[in-house]
Amino acid sequence: MSVKIVAAQQKMTAYLDGEIDHHNAAFIREEIDNAVMASKPEVLKIDFDNVTFMDSSGIGLVMGRYRTLSMYGGKLIVSNLSPQFYRIMKLSGLEKIAIINKREK
Amino acid sequence: MKILNEFRMTAESKSVNESFVRGTVAAFAAQLDPTLEEIADIKTAVSEAVTNCIVHAYAHCVGKIYIYVAICEGGLVKIKIRDKGCGIADIKQARTPLFTTSGGERAGLGFAVMESFCDKVYVRSKVGCGTTVTLIKKTGGRAENG
Repeated sequence: MSVKIVAAQQKMTAYLDGEIDHHNAAFIREEIDNAVMASKPEVLKIDFDNVTFMDSSGIGLVMGRYRTLSMYGGKLIVSNLSPQFYRIMKLSGLEKIAIINKREK
Repeated sequence: MKILNEFRMTAESKSVNESFVRGTVAAFAAQLDPTLEEIADIKTAVSEAVTNCIVHAYAHCVGKIYIYVAICEGGLVKIKIRDKGCGIADIKQARTPLFTTSGGERAGLGFAVMESFCDKVYVRSKVGCGTTVTLIKKTGGRAENG
């Protein structure tokens, strides 16, 4: 599992790579939160294009980052979800609080 | 339902084992020749059940997780995930979407994901004795022909 964070002006993108489960969610959370709290971007995009597995820990991860961003009025975008991940995200009603996009074919 | 093959394993409730257990169960179920989506469904549901054992059943200790998998005629997969942990006092509440006793980073969707990705989910539990989660998944497998 790895996280690559790219920031340009007020937009930050976190590219996730590998499997998201309870075991490695804490690591991803720390990486993203450290970067977000350091620069408080207006928009945080979490990119799932290279994620190969995700369970409900992925929802917890996204909901937690939504809370972090809400503290200062930042906006969250979740992008490149596979149909499977999109199904998991929809279970949580996340689409009501963040922009969630499916993977482009 | 005739069992074609079955498999048992025991894993310690360490989070590093989550990926190992779901990967192993999925590899065993692959004998039924399921679709990639069915394999992903099985992996996700098993991951939720095993995570529950680690986060809830054995919240303050490391215990054993007992896994049993049977593949049956007609492409049916039966997975039992059992622990001897704290048990669930109110199963109905535990299965309610968004309910969690963990707070913070846990979404409270473990059982909702299992129910969404499997055909049947049975939960038996006794406080102080442990919990058994049974997952039933139908696959479009062709095992009965081969």
